[in-house]
Amino acid sequence: MTLTLRDVEHIADLARLALTAEEKERFREQLSAILDYAASLQRLDISDIPPTATVLPLRNVMREDVARPSLPPEDVLANAPDTAEGCFRVRAILE
Amino acid sequence: MQYEPIIGMEVHAELLTASKMFCGCDAHIFGAPPNTHVCPVCLGLPGVLPVINRKAVEYTLMAGLALHCQIAEFSVFARKNYTYPDLPKGYQISQYELPLCRDGWLDVEVDGQSRRIGITRAHLEEDTAKLFHAGGYSLVDFNRAGVPLLEIVSEPDIRSPEEARQYLIRLQQILRYLGVSSADMEKGAMRCEANVSLRPVGSTALGTKVEVKNLNSFRSVKLALEYEIERQARVLEAGGTVEQVTMGWDEVHNRTVVQRSKEYADDYRYFPEPDLPPLEISREWVAEIRSRLPELPEAKRARFIADYGLDAQQAEVLVQERAVADYFEEAVAAYGGAARAVAPWISGELFRLLRAQGLEMAEVPVPAKALADLLILIDEGKITSGTGKQVLAQMFASGRSAAEIVEAEGLAQVSDAATLEAAVRKVLAAYPDEVAKYREGKSQIIGWLMGQVMRETKGKANPQLVRELLERQLRQC
Ligand SMILES: [Zn+2]
Repeated sequence: MTLTLRDVEHIADLARLALTAEEKERFREQLSAILDYAASLQRLDISDIPPTATVLPLRNVMREDVARPSLPPEDVLANAPDTAEGCFRVRAILE
Repeated sequence: MQYEPIIGMEVHAELLTASKMFCGCDAHIFGAPPNTHVCPVCLGLPGVLPVINRKAVEYTLMAGLALHCQIAEFSVFARKNYTYPDLPKGYQISQYELPLCRDGWLDVEVDGQSRRIGITRAHLEEDTAKLFHAGGYSLVDFNRAGVPLLEIVSEPDIRSPEEARQYLIRLQQILRYLGVSSADMEKGAMRCEANVSLRPVGSTALGTKVEVKNLNSFRSVKLALEYEIERQARVLEAGGTVEQVTMGWDEVHNRTVVQRSKEYADDYRYFPEPDLPPLEISREWVAEIRSRLPELPEAKRARFIADYGLDAQQAEVLVQERAVADYFEEAVAAYGGAARAVAPWISGELFRLLRAQGLEMAEVPVPAKALADLLILIDEGKITSGTGKQVLAQMFASGRSAAEIVEAEGLAQVSDAATLEAAVRKVLAAYPDEVAKYREGKSQIIGWLMGQVMRETKGKANPQLVRELLERQLRQC
């Protein structure tokens, strides 16, 4: 399967990545190769196998609705590249 | 050309659980300092796993049953991928192909006409963080991230802005009756979006859908839809085509503004959430939840009309809030008389006093039994109905019983013939012109004369007696 440059641009846009023309071409080739590899699964006959959402034999793993302490605020922001007023500070979001 | 609006609603309601959807952080975040209700799970730190809050699932099933939905036997959470700073993980855990509830309905009434609005689905997801936009940068508070969120999507069955408003009002009533959400729009606990398109009346083709967001009140919903319908009609009338866009409602300028155009159409690449095993909802669990559902507004309305002889409008007012309906029933039981006599005291006087104080029904300082005692005093002729209103205001302010207030303030009804006769004589002497008019045949003036006697007795005179005395004396002289 061969991705077009437009596909790559769309994916980059969804991931909020700015790519150079050279990067776009490189990722186009790499992503196409990955998709080709994954496409080998298409050769399997799965007509008798129902779709599944999980491979684990687990169901209904739930917890009781009990609140417990959260992290101390200084730990919460410890790894943040930038903070202000007790919040994570990020580049302006255009609405 | 005549156009018909086709409207579908998407409502998000925060669930009233103690903890968040997938972690144990305290879900009561209103007013909390930023980032004080967060942990590695709701911050999306590596190496941690989400665990489903059973109560949130139960609340969703309650809402689904109340909306006459099919409850899934097998339900799966899904990742909705998008990149935005309000999502710590780069995806939101939501539901996609296998939601907990689907195919329900809700009846709404506009101008006495009932219409059934289909519910496509009701599913569970996690709320996102709050962003504050400041000049040059944005601040992120993750307290809200991970709060359980119930999403209810309607079919495009709504045909007018007023119907959309009624749909939301009914939905809010149901969520509140169930106790699963405060559904408070002002506090953002209930948020909604609308899809609206126009088509020529009689056509079955679907027009281009425009999504309208940022509808933060019932009023906004109505205004925004009216505005958007008119806007689209103008575009179509002018021979143009409606663009598929996301609009936001601008509350300040009362208009819709484009937020996103089609080029940025959503591409969420949903897939099953690998960190959460699927849910198998046993029919026993569903039956057990169903058996615990409270009586819902619709059923209560019908029962109030049938059992208490209320008219539709009285019943509607009393069932709007469960606390009001319960108060009414308690007062009726304590009163023992006609329920129809109790209803106006609640929807009239009591509501007025609550509004004046900015109080909710749950905070009413006059117990239902005390209101019943007041009505009994009126029925027994101890006080007039007019005095009763004053007494209720004092009960509201002081918390004292009606009997205490009547006693202390000397408000008991005056039925003493001699006292009333003197008052009547005084009034007739003071207004000879009106008396003359009465004798000329303007008999309705007796109402005005009665008012004067009531004033003379500070509203305490037995009105029936006053009328009799007035009529007798007017005949005599
Ligand atoms: Zn948490």
